[in-house]
Amino acid sequence: MSDIIFTDNNFEQEVLKSDTPVLVDFWAPWCAPCSIVTPIVEELAKEYEGKIKICKVNVDENPKAAQNFSVMSIPTVILFKAGKPGKTIIGAQSKDNYKKAIEELL
Amino acid sequence: MDEKLFDVIIIGSGPSGLTAAIYTTRANLKTLIVAGGRWGGQLMLTTLVENFPGFPEGIQGPDLMLAMRKQAEKFGTQIVEEDFVEGDFSKSPLVVKTGSNSYEGKTVIIATGADTKWLDAPGEKEKIGRGVSSCAPCDAPFFRNLDVIVVGGGDSAMEEATVLTKFAKAVNVVYRGETLRASQIMQERAKKNPKIKFIFNSEVTEILGEEKVAGVKIKNNKTNEESQMLVQGVFVAIGHIPNTTVFKGIDLDEHGFIKVYDHTKTNLDRVYVAGDVHDNTYKQAVTAAGFGTMAALDVEKFLREQE
Repeated sequence: MSDIIFTDNNFEQEVLKSDTPVLVDFWAPWCAPCSIVTPIVEELAKEYEGKIKICKVNVDENPKAAQNFSVMSIPTVILFKAGKPGKTIIGAQSKDNYKKAIEELL
Repeated sequence: MDEKLFDVIIIGSGPSGLTAAIYTTRANLKTLIVAGGRWGGQLMLTTLVENFPGFPEGIQGPDLMLAMRKQAEKFGTQIVEEDFVEGDFSKSPLVVKTGSNSYEGKTVIIATGADTKWLDAPGEKEKIGRGVSSCAPCDAPFFRNLDVIVVGGGDSAMEEATVLTKFAKAVNVVYRGETLRASQIMQERAKKNPKIKFIFNSEVTEILGEEKVAGVKIKNNKTNEESQMLVQGVFVAIGHIPNTTVFKGIDLDEHGFIKVYDHTKTNLDRVYVAGDVHDNTYKQAVTAAGFGTMAALDVEKFLREQE
């Protein structure tokens, strides 16, 4: 994991123009509940390798990406398909909830 | 031996649940915590905790919870991050079901704590996470140079307001009462902060805005005068409601908290209770931990007498 870290610069290329669905985890180092989501997302990245791109956006360093999708609370996870934002999950959730959202998307 | 049979199943993973587990495992009881998808409880949404004894410099809420979890696991507590769905507490052993599994316990400790009480005002629900928040430490940086309100007059409202001043342009605390009910030290901290102002005797009656929060309607409950305020953030800190709706057949008191019999027992045989889910009075991390200890010791005694 963390091989794909999205920034304002590559967001369009990596997410909006991606052929595979993308799960984006908006986070920041100061956000305690985000640290619960990070290991879950890393596990999911392994489990769904090749099927879905899973990545993180640090909202401090990349305010544009967060702003464009109205992220005002973190952790927020947004699932993208064909460049369009779909399901948005606000707040730390159980791994099952993220899995369910991914399964629905695939 | 049945792998899914535990001496005690603890539902909830805040200070009371984790402390109970530290005691039951040290008493050699096979212990399972059904922690919920969002484990750790309310302290996961706080910053510096200054009133938990043993930490003279204070400790970050999430760090404290992680330490408690490690301590419980060290003595053999099994923790599943699954949400409790339903229980059958008439059977023996007791049955605890989550979304994906079913577990059996000789005893159960309910330690599900309490969750944010929302305002229940029109426009609120759909804007949670889009300007409506209950966690300033989580969301404050999104309100850089914006105007926000905090609703409430207790300690958590003061903390939210103080945290927000690091980012927001102005913070108005809206409180329905005449005087704050926060502790003296928290009040003084907030009152000294030049960015914080107070609006007393007032309630938020509506949250305005389409996609995001654009403003609020405020009603003065003395004069009945209504006004609008342009704000981009609404932080709700008016208290908590006990998480009891998932339990059937458990006696509740008139405020919806689990009714306690004989120190830590519920009305159901072998089902015990600890922490904020039954405590409408103290609601502290350290009292929750204390209640967890009490329930654990009572469970231990009960099981020993069964042998």
